[in-house]
Parts: sequence; structure tokens; C-alpha cells
Amino acid sequence: MRSPMTFKDHHRESRIFTVRLIWSALIVATLTLVLVARMAWLQAAQHDRYTTLSNQNRVQTQAIAPPRGLIYDRDGTLLAENQPDFSLALIPEQVPDLTATLNELAEIVNLDSHDIDRFRRRLQSPRRPWEPVPLRARLTETEIARIAVAQHAMPGVRIDADPIRHYPHGALFSHVLGYVNRISAEDLDEMDADEQANYSGTHYAGRIGVERHYERLLHGQAGYRKVETNARGRILRVLEEIPPQPGQDLQLHLDMRVQQAAWDALGERRGAVVAIDPRDGGVLAFVSRPGFDPNLFVTGISHQNYANYRDDHDQPLFNRALQGRYPPGSTVKPIIGLAGLDAGVTDWQRRIWDPGFYRIEGEERVFRDWRRQGHGWVDMHKAMVQSCDTYFYDMGFRLGIDRMAAFLSRFFIGVRSGIDLPSEARGILPSREWKRGARGQSWFHGDTINTSIGQGYMLTTPLQLALSTAVLARQGVPVVPRVARLAPPAPPLAPTVLEDNDHWQRMTRAMVDVVHGATGTARRVGQGSAYRIAGKSGTAQVFSLANDEEYNAEEIAERLRDHALFVAFAPADEPAIAVAVLVENGGSGGSSAGPVARATMDAWLLSETGEYRLPPPGLPEIVPDTLGGPVITDFPRTSQEDSRAP
Amino acid sequence: MHLEPFRQLSSGAVGRPNSLSWRLHLDAPLLAALIMLCLGGLLVLYSAADSNIEVIVRQTMRFGLGFAALFLFAQIPPRSYRFWAPVFYGIGLLLLVLVLFAGVHAMGAQRWLAIPGIGRFQPAEIMKLAVPAMVAWHFSERSLPPRFRDVLVVLAITLVPVALIARQPDLGTAILVAAGGLLVLFVAGLSWRLIAAAGALLAAAAPLMYFFVLHDYQRRRVDTFLNPEADPLGAGWNIIQSKTAIGSGGITGKGWLNGTQSRLDFLPESSTDFIVAVLGEEIGLVGILLLLATYLFIVGRSLMISWQAQDNFSRLLAASLALTFFIYVFVNIGMVSGLMPVVGVPLPLVSFGGTSIVTLLAGFGVLMSIHTHRKLLGH
Repeated sequence: MRSPMTFKDHHRESRIFTVRLIWSALIVATLTLVLVARMAWLQAAQHDRYTTLSNQNRVQTQAIAPPRGLIYDRDGTLLAENQPDFSLALIPEQVPDLTATLNELAEIVNLDSHDIDRFRRRLQSPRRPWEPVPLRARLTETEIARIAVAQHAMPGVRIDADPIRHYPHGALFSHVLGYVNRISAEDLDEMDADEQANYSGTHYAGRIGVERHYERLLHGQAGYRKVETNARGRILRVLEEIPPQPGQDLQLHLDMRVQQAAWDALGERRGAVVAIDPRDGGVLAFVSRPGFDPNLFVTGISHQNYANYRDDHDQPLFNRALQGRYPPGSTVKPIIGLAGLDAGVTDWQRRIWDPGFYRIEGEERVFRDWRRQGHGWVDMHKAMVQSCDTYFYDMGFRLGIDRMAAFLSRFFIGVRSGIDLPSEARGILPSREWKRGARGQSWFHGDTINTSIGQGYMLTTPLQLALSTAVLARQGVPVVPRVARLAPPAPPLAPTVLEDNDHWQRMTRAMVDVVHGATGTARRVGQGSAYRIAGKSGTAQVFSLANDEEYNAEEIAERLRDHALFVAFAPADEPAIAVAVLVENGGSGGSSAGPVARATMDAWLLSETGEYRLPPPGLPEIVPDTLGGPVITDFPRTSQEDSRAP
Repeated sequence: MHLEPFRQLSSGAVGRPNSLSWRLHLDAPLLAALIMLCLGGLLVLYSAADSNIEVIVRQTMRFGLGFAALFLFAQIPPRSYRFWAPVFYGIGLLLLVLVLFAGVHAMGAQRWLAIPGIGRFQPAEIMKLAVPAMVAWHFSERSLPPRFRDVLVVLAITLVPVALIARQPDLGTAILVAAGGLLVLFVAGLSWRLIAAAGALLAAAAPLMYFFVLHDYQRRRVDTFLNPEADPLGAGWNIIQSKTAIGSGGITGKGWLNGTQSRLDFLPESSTDFIVAVLGEEIGLVGILLLLATYLFIVGRSLMISWQAQDNFSRLLAASLALTFFIYVFVNIGMVSGLMPVVGVPLPLVSFGGTSIVTLLAGFGVLMSIHTHRKLLGH
């Protein structure tokens, strides 16, 4: 079929068309090359990059938190364990209407505004898609059942089981064990990259006490699991799994019976008891009252509960044994006495006349003895037994602050003990340098005289008092206090060697007479004892109350009473326990704090049936696995994820 | 240029006048390439559709329908197409208007007409054939190159249906229909000056189009194209995942049925518009090159057919169909590999579903008709 055009026209048209076809072919070829180049760029040049992206898409590394080490007392009684806890979490990507679901959930489980606020905050913070966001922990059985019934109508709602720390004895060990609580962003910021990786599956970290000090040991090493997931986060298979190394179990020196006895003996009074086995430094009891319930802190303490603790005038969160700083009062007299004896400013024969006060020659100021009428003729032994202040004023003045401070420091006064607990207070060992530095004043004679009976600027913690008593019991051998059974570090101090070793025995005899002598200030403490106790009572004056606290008149009267103190070790001839007791505003040391020390020592030195036996030093071998109590290693995750994905 | 002798020579090798394929009005090389493409496409689709045999059955049925249409359209001589072109075009326009008022709503657009007993079909698909046929018809009695008046007529013929399709909205089909009409102008010898002027005008109008013509979702697609990482979990997701699929495939791919991006659902639309990413991931650059070679062969053979055609209507229509086919390929692969914004254009004869399979194969039927109804010299 020919068009009615001329051949020439046709030829020209055909040529135009052919040229355009060639152009078309060229353009097609060029564009194809563009596609080839693009594909080659993606598949050859950028292949590695996209392989990584593709693997990141499908392969997720999940950290497996190691089970936290358990904590036992010396005999294997479980003090901190891991219990399953059921918590409610939402996968926001699967929830069609978040507000509606939250409202529905609020009808079947107990959700307060605090829970919701915390949930919204977590929702805002950076997270992986399809990662569950926790809403509430510690679901009750009833709540779990209600959710299980309603869950089919609420996509994206899940119940997770996680091991959670539990302290079966509650407040009893609160100040020494501490607690764990939810790890915070700040905690993670403080860690280096390796530690952060190790904590990536961990929700809890030790906050105070043993839990904090031994955090690294208790935590263990995280494992991980490489899983292949689809785009909705559903786990299709496990590619690789390295199991976690569980945290190390800890055996503590603490003895349940001794701890309980000290706790009960303090009763509802504010105070602290620290008991140390001077033979190995093991801490047998570490009590600070009032205590708190550590279990409240684990999943995040509520505002109300925290406010209750914070606003309590008795300061239950304050660790009196470790951080409370009190004037030691007469409890330092054995050490000051030894200092005087060793310096030669007195001896066991030297006597002075005590008219009931002391006055430095040529000075007006009078320093009164606690007994107004005085003790009459007093030697060192009598000064110890009756706690005569005048004798020590005289001796301390002649000894001088420099020699006194040097000697006291050998007994951990004003020295951190190095105990395996965090945030230990140092106390104050007053000296010329200290006063110049802290107060900007020079040292006066009166300061020396006050210091010689444990008043004035001197402040010690109950732990330091127990430790100095243990050193006294060991006749100058320094002791490193240990809560947990782990190789102790080298003692920070060298042994104290006296010119005359006999002073140790004689001072011990004087302390025995404090408790067992007819005129001893603590003679009621020793009544009916099956073993001999060497002790010293003390009373610390309270000068003022903190300004920022409000008390009623009755409270003021009570809180201005003297703090009662008592230190002791027993049995006197082969010491197996050294105790320091503080009772805030307890009045007289001998009658108020002494019985607490006695009860504590009885729990250690007497059997359950009340017969005396000397506990062997060191710790018994325990096999934790046979001791009962659930040892939780891993929890199957309840995974409803994805099955109801839209 | 005196290419006429080559034109006749080149038809000698295959499709001899007496061969079976010639008598069936089929072009053997083109048909072979098309069947190869469809079979290969089924393999990729099987993987993309998660080994769902039902998808394969349905796609195969569509191919059957498509090849039936191809055979049917190949039997109709080109002069009939020329004669009926205005009628088809008119019916197409009518249907497009009808869609606006009585179309079926689906996925935020109104593109389908329901025909009782048969199902739904997209009138826009008719226009993929009717528009180039109508434009070619316009030039069948006129001399080339087109004059300015011709250009205006062609623009009218093309842009009326394009506007109607774009309103549905269906940007992908609109682009393909527009290409079908405008490419006729190009091969008819539209002067380069006019092409340049049109290009400049389009470039100037693009920002205006962006703000005043495009729908929100289309604007989002452009934004996403310009910066996919701005919203990696939302609008940018598709393109990031398809690039990741292709790139991670490497030279030889992860193996058939082993593409993690598509098998684990990271790649959206993996069996429809984004299917080339599945090929790229599982068979790698090798697979992509094979696919492109097949397409190139089909386009090349089609251009050859248009070159050998003996009248303006046939050669213009054939060239337009060939080049539009290539535009399918380029737009689809370009979009999946992140070269251009996401436009709903399927990978021809590989993507699952759509009326496009039938239309495309019918188009190749027209091409074969053009090729096998020639009057050969020496006969």
C-alpha cells in the first residue's frame, strides 16, 4: 500500500524517520547504560555497605542479662535472691489506639498517673521499633489473670517475666546489703564502652551497700543472642548464642543470728551496732536503725513511700553505722590511756586526787568530771573502771594533742577503715593541723583536754569504734573489716607495738572490770555472763539540733539527751568478737548501749541452747545450690509478639 | 542515506514469508523474547510472593489472556487499526469520563470500571494503545516532519486523556499515555528547537507543578526521592529498603528464594512495583543484566519492526509502542533503584497483576501485525 505522495516525499520522510529511530536507539542505549551503571554502583561499589544494612535489618543482637549473684550470710542463709516478676509492657507499633488501650488496661490493672507518666517518658526516649515499652512491674496474680483474659482484644499488650531482686529479710540487712534499682542513663554514661555492652541487657544495678560495692562481681558477664527477625520484629531463628556468665554468689561474714540479736536489742531506738570478729576482720553484724524496706526500691519506689522515708525525723535512709559521725566519749579512754602509758606520762601506779574537776595551773577554766563530787584518789585502773574524767584531763594535757592524735590514728580514729562498703565516712581526728585547716584557728589547751575524754572536735563512726576495739583486742594488730568473703587487702596500718607489752593485758583487765568489777560503770552488762567481757561505756553530749528540722517540745527534750555508746570485746582472753553500740539520745552508755552489746556477743558466743562455745575463726564452706531458695538462671519470654500484628 | 536495501535484506533471516510464524502473523524472535521474559518473571515472582503458588497461577492466567490478545491483535491488518483508530480513541475518552463519575474507588483513587460478569478494568489502559494510534492516524495522510499546527493537534489528542487519567489520580499511567502520544511526535521528526523549547518550558513549570498540580502524596514522593533518609521509617522506607535489597545482592545475588530483604518482608510491594529489587537481591547484577538484555532485545526488535514498516501510520505507531515499552522499564527500574521519584509504573511483564500485561502483549500483537502484513519486494 502506497501513500498518494510522490516517491521523493516518501524518501525524505523515510529518511527523517530513520534518523529519529537511530536517535531513539541511541537514547535507549544510553538510558540502559545509566541503569546498568546505577545497578553496578549499588551492587558492586556499594555492595558492602548495603550488605551491612541488610544484615542490620534482619539480624538483631539481643543481650542476655546474666543472672545476678546471690548473697548469703556465713551459714548460707539467703539474704538476696532473684525472683520472677511479671511486668506489663506494650509494643506501641502493634497498638492501634494507645490512649484507648491504656484506658482499658487501667480498668483491669492498677495504674496510677506515675506509671502512665513514666511510660510516656519511655515512649519518647530513643528506642528500636517493635521493642516493648514497660508500663508496670510487679503484677499480682489477679492482674495477670485479668490481662490474660482481655489480651486477645488488645494487640501489642504483653506480659514479661523477668528476674527481680528480692530481699527476704527486708529492713534487717537494709543498710549493709543496700539494694539494686533500675539502671539509669546517668549510670550508663559513667561506664566505658565495654561496660555499657556488658550492661546492655541489664535492667538493674546495685545502688548502695554490698550490692553496690560488689556490683561487678554480682553482675556477671552478659551473653548475647543473634536472631533473625522479619520487618515486624518477629524472631524467626536464633543464629548464634553465647550464654551469659552468671554473677558470682557472695558469702558474707554476717551472721544471721548476731545481726538479728543486735537488731532486736536496739529495738525501736535509733542507733547502730557493728560487730567484728577481730581474728579475721569479718563483720558479724552491721545494723543501723531505723532501717528501710529495700524491696520498695527495686522496681522504683513510689513518691509517697520515698517522701515518707525522706521526711521521717528518724532518717531511716541514713546509714548510722557507716556514715554517722558521733563523739566517741569515754569509749576512747582505753586508747588514750595506752597512749599516755606508752608515752610515759603516766604508769599504772601513778595516782592523782580528783576533786570533781580539773583546772590547768594558772588558768581560770574548770573542766568538770561527770561525777560532781569527784572520785578521790584515782589511778589508771580505777580511772578506767569508773571512767574518771579528771584523771584523763590531767594525763591528756601532759601527753599533748600531737602524741595523742598520732596514737589514735593507729586505731582507725579519723581513718577510713577500707571496709567493702561504699561511701564510708572518715570522721574527725582533731589535731593542730586539722583545726588550722578546718576552723582556721590555733589549738588551745582546752581542746586537748576535751579530746582526752573523746569530746570536743573528735567524731567517729560506729564502724571505726568497732574496729578500734578489734585492734585493741588484737593488741595492736590492725584489722581490715570485711563484709564479704573475699581476700582482704593489706591492712592500711602497721601493727602498733608498745614499749611495754604488758600494758595491753592490764588495759584489758581494766576493761573487764568495767563490766565485771563491783564498781564498773557497766557492771549490769556482765551479770550472768558465761564468758568474760572487756568493755568501755561512753556518753556523747549532744549540743544542738540541726536547724532545718522541726521538732515538738517533747521531741526536743528527747533529742537533746546524750548519745549512749558502748564498746566491748569478748572473750577477754581470746577475743572472738568486738562490738561497738551507739544509741542516739540513749543517755548513759553502760545501761542503755551495754545490754545491746551483750545481746550481740551472746548471739555469737553462745549456742542456740545458751551454752558457751568459741566459734572457730573464718567462714564455713557452704554449697549454695543445696541451700534452697530459687536459683533463677533464665526466663522464657512470653512472646505473643507479631501473632496479632496487623 | 540509502538504507532501503538493508531494510529488505534484514527481514530475510527470520520470518520468511512462507514460514509458519509468518503465516500466523507472528514474529518469532520477538515472541521468543517475550515468552522468555514472562517465564523468567514468573520465577522472580514466585520468590517475591513468598512461594505462593496461587499468585503464579493467577499471573499465568493473565499471561494466557495476554498472549491470546497478542495473537488476536496480530491477525488484524494495520489498515484496520488505522481505520478504527479514531473510534477506539473516542470510546476510550468516553470511558475515562465515565470513570470520573461511575468508577470504583480503591486505594485512594478512582481508576476502575466495573463490568458486570467480567470484573473490573482500567479504561486508562485502552489509551496506552489508542493515543499513539490516534496520533499516528493524524500523521498517516500528512507529510513529515510535523508542522506547528500538527504539534497542537497531537498535544490536544494526548493531553485530554492524560489530564483525565491524572485526575483519577494515576500518575504512572498518565506518564505512559503521554509518552505514547509524544513519542510519535519525536519519531515523526519534530524539530529539535521545539523539543528544546518544550523541555525548557517543562523545567520552568516543574516547581509550579510541584506546588499546584501534584497531590499531597505525590509531593511526598518527590520529597522522599530528594531525601529518603529524612523519614526512614515512613515515606523513605520503600526506597531505602529496595536499594538495600539491590545493593546487598552484589554481583551474583543471595540465591533464588534466599533474598532476606524480600523474604523477611523488609521490602514492600515486592511482587508488584518493586519486583526488580527481588531479582537484584537474589540473582544479583547478573540477573539485572540478563533482564536488561532481554528488554533491550525486545525494544531493539520492535524498533527494527518500525523501521521496516512501510507507511507512516505503521512505523509511527510501532516506534511509539517500542519506546513506551522502554519507558516502562526505565521508569520502573529507575524508581526502584532510587534514580527517580516513586511513580506507580510496574516492571513490564514481570510485576504481578494489573491490566498492563494484557495491554502490553496486545501492543506487541499490533507490532507483529505491522511486521507480517507488509508487502515484500520481489513478491
